[in-house]
Amino acid sequence: MSRTLFDKIWDSHIVKKKEGYPDPLFIDRHFIHEVTSPQAFDGLKKRGIGVFNTERTTATADHNVPTKDQHLPIKEALSRHQVEALRKNCKDFGVTLYDLGHPFQGIVHIIGPELGLTLPGMTIVCGDSHTSTHGAFGSIAFGIGTSEVEQVLATQCILQYKPKRMKIEINGPLSKGVLAKDIILYIISKISSSGATGYFVEYAGDTIENLSMEARMTICNMSIEMGARGGLIAPDEVTFDYIKGKKFAPQGAELHKKIEQWKTLKSDEDATFDKVLVFDATDIGPMITYGTNPGMGIKITDRIPTPEELKDISEQPSFIKSLNYMGLEPGSQLMGKHIDYVFIGSCTNARIEDLRLVASIVKGKKKAEGVEVWVVPGSKQVEEQARKEGLDKIFEAAGFELRSPGCSACLGMNEDKIPPGKYCISTSNRNFEGRQGPKSRTFLASPLSAAAAAITGRVTDVRELITN
Amino acid sequence: MKEKFNIIKSTGIPLPNENVDTDQIIPARFLKATTREGFGENLFRDWRYDDNNQPVVDFVLNNPTYNGRILVAGKNFGCGSSREHAAWALYDYGFRVVVSSFFADIFKNNALNNRLLPVVVSDEFLQTILKGISTNPNTPIIVDFENQTIAFKGKEETFEINPYKKSCMINGYDDIDYLLSLTEDIKQFELQQS
Repeated sequence: MSRTLFDKIWDSHIVKKKEGYPDPLFIDRHFIHEVTSPQAFDGLKKRGIGVFNTERTTATADHNVPTKDQHLPIKEALSRHQVEALRKNCKDFGVTLYDLGHPFQGIVHIIGPELGLTLPGMTIVCGDSHTSTHGAFGSIAFGIGTSEVEQVLATQCILQYKPKRMKIEINGPLSKGVLAKDIILYIISKISSSGATGYFVEYAGDTIENLSMEARMTICNMSIEMGARGGLIAPDEVTFDYIKGKKFAPQGAELHKKIEQWKTLKSDEDATFDKVLVFDATDIGPMITYGTNPGMGIKITDRIPTPEELKDISEQPSFIKSLNYMGLEPGSQLMGKHIDYVFIGSCTNARIEDLRLVASIVKGKKKAEGVEVWVVPGSKQVEEQARKEGLDKIFEAAGFELRSPGCSACLGMNEDKIPPGKYCISTSNRNFEGRQGPKSRTFLASPLSAAAAAITGRVTDVRELITN
Repeated sequence: MKEKFNIIKSTGIPLPNENVDTDQIIPARFLKATTREGFGENLFRDWRYDDNNQPVVDFVLNNPTYNGRILVAGKNFGCGSSREHAAWALYDYGFRVVVSSFFADIFKNNALNNRLLPVVVSDEFLQTILKGISTNPNTPIIVDFENQTIAFKGKEETFEINPYKKSCMINGYDDIDYLLSLTEDIKQFELQQS
């Protein structure tokens, strides 16, 4: 029987099927961080058991860390305590930790791929919904809760029911100034923030095939923002080239052998999906969100809809509440809207290619007066690479602040918060009320659009700044 | 001993907003604890309290007219972050059931793993309950876990609950208990894989 890529990976990881029970799925790779793991380790202690296989779990500190003066103790007592708890748990249970200051530290979904820990055909979980990022390698990767983190630590398995399968196909060339971030914001704006709930998505089509690995990660990263458990892309030469030479990836003859296996990781031609959506890439322009969920997005040159234009009129009250929160008028344009902050970072867009794109726009320019710009690399390795390429100098000359790696202003948990009422154009993944700090207002956009806004101080169509 | 699930008869608290995300249920800055307790204090923090930490009078949890152990919420409840703290916060505050017409996947799992029952009803029934409790906050909602029914003002719907999860909740065991019973199979599986 023909199967999808998702089916193939899922089926090959079922330890033992039992009628009436969810599938016990073997987990190849488990990532943990300071926020969602302490209660899981506590559970192990209460049961008096250890970690099933310490080699399959890797830890880092990212959510709750400062992005300045990382060599000093964390100022805030509760945050410090949480990071210290991670250190103690990793030491007591024998789990590898890439702590603050370690050359491999960074946002959990950025370090996995760059260290070669994320590989095709794997099952990967982490107590963080953006674990879907790793699906870009052709793996089943999804976010889990803390009780499930405990399951994986204890047994290297997780009990799950198989979700339905959706294929999203995108074909055609991308226009000037359009990035992977615009593709995914476009899709979510079309199908809503719950349009893929209950599904696992496979992205396909020539537009996806022509994307770099890092761009593919941006797409898969935001699968959860349309409700999907995860999203994956069949591995190809682009994937294999990316993996070559990565620290913990197979090397030499072993790698060649693996690549031959990975080449078989694709959906059968006649495989059936529970749902198929097809999009035309030539219709995608630079995107921006105006509301308080990632489905509330428009082309940057479009106007905000009015409540009357909503497909489902029952959503009008929530829509109006959202625009009130954002301080925006229905039917108005976002172009030209004044902004206060620019945040370039997060597991969605803080890789070296993102920083290069930003630098390509700001080189030789200065940020607009009154705008604060934070560039937060996704990992120590990204930060090092940016310095090696002289991007730090470009940012410095533009008046941007290059900080140390962490989740930073993506989630309003650590010291980096957007003040109440202020507008931030952000390369992160969520524009929920208060996501970047109490009463903060978020516009989600691509790194190019964020860079353009940093220069002009306003919501800007980046195509106006691209000369060639 | 964990609380037994059987029949929950309670008034409901209406929260008709759609797409209530887990950042609203419990904002990230309150996720710094390393235990599971005490999150109820900050449930819906930024909707419940203003900038000066004073209760927002028109938010439903601050309205003395409404109380109960059942939250009735708009569709796509619990979307966004996978933080289990959202389920912990709702439970800690006193909720035992959340009724909606649609739940986000990860939240639903997290809720079930914490004996917080997500009850999916039709859009129509959801509107009936929301309207009904707004007009008369004393009308009880009756959730019969065993028979998988929810009743309100003489109307009744059945709801789905996975048989495995149901038996876990009734017998008070969890996924780890089951997985630990498979330890030898898991070891074998891992050996064969490499």
